[in-house]
Order: sequence, then C-alpha cells, then structure tokens
Amino acid sequence: MDLTVVLTGRAPYAFTIVLLLIGLYGMMAKQNLMKKLFGMNIFQGAIILFFIVHAYKTGASVPVLDDALGTDPTRYVNPIPHGLMLTAIVVSVATTGVALALLIRIYRSYGTIDEVELLERLRKDESR
Amino acid sequence: MAVLPESNLPVIITLLLLFGALLTIAAGLVRREFAWPVAFTTLVLVLVDALIQLATIVQGGPLRHTLGGWAAPIGIEYVVDGLGAFVVTVIAAVAVVVGMYARSAVRRENPDQEVAFLGMLLTLLLGLTGMVLTGDLFNLYVFYEISSLAGYSLLAVGDRKAPVAAFRYLILGTTGASFYLLGIGFLYTLTGSLNMADVARLVPALQGNPGLPVALALIIVGVGLKMALFPLHGWLADAYTHASSTSTAIVAPIMTKVSAFVLLRLLFFVFGVDLVANILPAGTIVAWLSAAGIVVMSLMSIAQRDVKRMLAYSSVAQLGYIGLGIGLANPWALTGAVLHILNHATMKCCLFLVTGSVAMQTRRTSVAEYAGLGRAMPWTFASFSLAALAMVGLPPTNGFFSKWYLLLGTIRAGSWPLVAIVAASSLLTAVYFFRLLESIYTAPMTAGGDAPEGESGFFVLAPTIVLGVGVIVLGLCNSWFVTQILQPSLPDALRLPGM
Repeated sequence: MDLTVVLTGRAPYAFTIVLLLIGLYGMMAKQNLMKKLFGMNIFQGAIILFFIVHAYKTGASVPVLDDALGTDPTRYVNPIPHGLMLTAIVVSVATTGVALALLIRIYRSYGTIDEVELLERLRKDESR
Repeated sequence: MAVLPESNLPVIITLLLLFGALLTIAAGLVRREFAWPVAFTTLVLVLVDALIQLATIVQGGPLRHTLGGWAAPIGIEYVVDGLGAFVVTVIAAVAVVVGMYARSAVRRENPDQEVAFLGMLLTLLLGLTGMVLTGDLFNLYVFYEISSLAGYSLLAVGDRKAPVAAFRYLILGTTGASFYLLGIGFLYTLTGSLNMADVARLVPALQGNPGLPVALALIIVGVGLKMALFPLHGWLADAYTHASSTSTAIVAPIMTKVSAFVLLRLLFFVFGVDLVANILPAGTIVAWLSAAGIVVMSLMSIAQRDVKRMLAYSSVAQLGYIGLGIGLANPWALTGAVLHILNHATMKCCLFLVTGSVAMQTRRTSVAEYAGLGRAMPWTFASFSLAALAMVGLPPTNGFFSKWYLLLGTIRAGSWPLVAIVAASSLLTAVYFFRLLESIYTAPMTAGGDAPEGESGFFVLAPTIVLGVGVIVLGLCNSWFVTQILQPSLPDALRLPGM
C-alpha cells in the first residue's frame, strides 16, 4: 500500500487516539510518579500530532512563498497548526521542567517517588 | 460585526505584570528587600489601570486591542466588555490586598524563596488577567498554562507535603489544559478560525456536525478540571491545605473563579446559548454536577478538623454555586453566578488570610485549637466572622445577594430539587461556620500551639479588615454592580427583564 494514502487517511487519527489512551493509562494506573509524568508527556504529544496531521495536504509545499507555485493557498501546507504546536511544545517542556523540579523535592524529603510508599510515609508524618 | 474602539488599556495590564515580574526578580537579586516594593507598586498600577478600564467601559462600551497591528481574525486581539473588565478589577483588587499581606507573611513563612515567590505571584496574575482579556482561543490556552505553571510553583511552597499535592495538581491541571487544547483543535478543524468572535459567527452554521459536541465536551472537561468543577476537584483540597498561606490566599479566591469565567465566556459567547442547549445537554449536566458538588462538599467541610482544609472543601462547594448559575443559563441564575465570583473572592480571601495570620501568631491550625482565640485577636476574628456570615448568606453581607439571585434562578428554572439544594446548602454552611464561631468566642482556649501575643502586625491585619469591611460594602452596593456592569454586558437572551 502506498504510504501517503495511509498517512493522509484516518490511520494517523486512530494512532492519536491510541496515544491519548496510553497517556491516560500511564497517568492513572502507574504508581511511579515519574511514569505518570511520562504518561502526561505522551498525552501532550498525541495532541501535537493531531494538529500536525490535520495541517497536512497531499502535494502541497512548505508555506514559504514560491514564485513557481504562486499565491494559490491549496499549494501550500497550512502553517498555523505548526506555529501553534511550537508554542504547545514550549509549554510542554516548561511543564515537564516544573514537574521534574517537584519530583526532586519530593524525593529529597521522602526518599521515594512511588505513590504507594509515598502515601505510607505521608500518613506516618501525620501520626507523628 | 461592529468594530470596537481600539484601546491600549487592556494590554498595559499584561505588560505591567510581565515586566513587573522580571523587575521584581532583578531588584530582588540586587537586594532582597527591594523585591516587595517593586512587586507591590506593579500591583497597585495594575489596579489603577483596571479601574480606568472599567470606568471607560461602563461609560463607552467594550474595548479591544489588536496586538502588533495584525487585525483579527488573523492576528490576536484582546476584547474587554463590562464583564471582563469587572473580573479583571476583582483580580487586581484581590492581588493588591494579598500583595500587602505578602510583605511580612512571605518573609516569615518562606524567607529563602521570597524573591522568586513574588515574581511567581505576578506571573500568576499575568496568566489570569490574560485569560480574561484575550479574544483568541489559542492565546487563552497559553495564558491558561502560564497561570497554571505559576500556580503549581506557588502551591508547592509550603509545608513538607506541598510538593506532593502540587505534583498531583500539575498532572491533573496539564491533562485539563490538554483536553482544552484538543477541543480547540476540533473547533479549529471545523471553523478554520481561532478568534472567539469569528468562531461565534461560524459555529451556528455547523449545527448537526458531529465534531461540535466533541469539541464542546472536551472544552468543558478541560476548563472544568482547572475550575475544580465537581467531580473534577480531586487536586484542590490537598493543594490548598499544604501550601503557604499567601499562596492559598491568592490562588483560592481567583484562580478557580477565572476558569469559571472562561467557561461562561466559551459557553455563552463562543458557542452561544441556543447551540449549547441544542447540541449537548451541557448546561443541565454542569448544573446537576454542581448541585451534587454543593451538597457533597459541604458535608465534607463539616467533617474536617483542619480549618484550612475545611475552607478548601467549602471552596469547591461555593464553586458549585457558580457552576450551577452557569449551567442553568437563565438571567437570574447567571447574575447570581457572576456576582458570586466577586463575592466569594472577597470572603474566601479574608478567611484564608485569617488562617494564615493565626498560624503565624500561634501555630494553631485545627478547629479545636481555634477555641477561645476570639478575645485574643478581636479584629482578626471580627473580619473572620463577617466573612463567615457572608459564606452562610446572611443579609446585608454580599453572600446573601448572590445566593438570592441563584435561588430566584432555580425557581425560574422550575427545578424544585435544585431550589431545595441551594436553600439547604446555606444550612450546611451554617453548621460548619457557626460551630467554629461558637468555639472561637465562647470556649476556653486549648493548650495546642502557642498562646497568642495579640493581633498580627499592620501588614497582615489591614488586608484582613479591608476584606471584612468589603464584604458588607459590596453587599450594600450590589445593585450598582448588577445594573451598571453585569447586565449591559450579558447576551440579550440572558438579561434580566427590564434592564
């Protein structure tokens, strides 16, 4: 099967949904806080993919004005989703940074980032 | 589409806060004592600008600002109507009051982080005011994340457990933002536009398109998570309880309220009243979830032993009122909801400031330990009592009027179970506040914590008293707010008759 047919059809959207579900599963089911963070990143990645796939057009060029192609908008890929997703990637990096900083602080004060152990130690804190 | 007059007032707020945050940190690097004056000056200037903006809009109608001269819908624009200007003024006013409190509180509670803390405080306000001012859906997402990131770091400052609670909030908050972004993605795919006014124009033609309910549902879940709409409130109680008192006092009154305002804006101004009712019973779902939240969270508040935790749960219950008003979508309920954004901000801010000042003076935090403190700190607890009475909803405090409008709204909607819930919830609120007030004023002092040495210092006490008096003043002035600001900026279908 021709690859472009697969890439421009519904397959990427199905893949996005699978990624979203993997991300949600990671955030809800994993005990390790680091793995929850991975789940969150996968979830964000899936959304970025969704926007980028939507912007794709068969046979279109990069959105830089080209004399050979003229000003026909159908000949260029929509640049707005790419621009938006650049911002979303920056946001996601910043969020990951804050999350990692928090994880370091949690690990320093409790010596674990496993949710079950953490809850146990939190309870011990309370009874003290 | 009428072209609104161009004005620089909205963007000045954003710029002041952005450069104020950077200057605060720069000044703090030179000398730690320089940080607070810079931050506080910025907050006062923002309030002045917000008041000028509000006055301009009350007289001359909505304003806009096209960023960089790129006309909408291609460029990003800020659009401020009476409602938006009102919410921005509430944010700025609460920020000035908490900014004053922050002077001595931050130095006592987390001296090592003072400079960064004040910088983050301004960044949080930058995000929150931006969420209200912007007229662009993606720009809203960026401000949403700016305010969230600042919020996570502010709430992570506090006791040993604060980072754990903040991490949980970060995971849930980012999921919420991602859901919102996905909803915007659907909307963009359908309409090809991100400008709110433009989308509002294009959306009615799409009725019946299966993508529209999906977009609406994703946006409601996304904003609902940040708004702590029951049952998406899981992050809130821990985050508020373990954070430092300044963080809670700024985050609790306004962050969830701004999200409620965003929900209102998206439902009624972007999707439109009719569409929301037709494509998905979104309003009904939000209303009933909020009603369930009011009851369950009020009961949870009664069960709490820690005062701050009790107030956190009560926050979710009070947000239920706002959600209920938005969900019912009739003029009375919506007026109540918007009025409650202001009212709850003042009273909850006052209550959290009191818990902070009590914790600093006496290290007392639980309901039992508050016994007998009323005589030791009379002014602090006078404000606390006023705010508590407003929470219960006794006239002439401001809490009475928003609940009154909400009650009228539920009666107009003809939904008797909801009428019963709104009425009964006042009783539940009375249970946990009167229990506390009784022990504060009548019971003998307990042994836990230090014996109070008297009132807190000026910078802690003054904001508390301002808010306590504000609760009464806002109650007496409420009709001015309703007739002059709220009614003119609501969509025609949602205006009170005769306005």
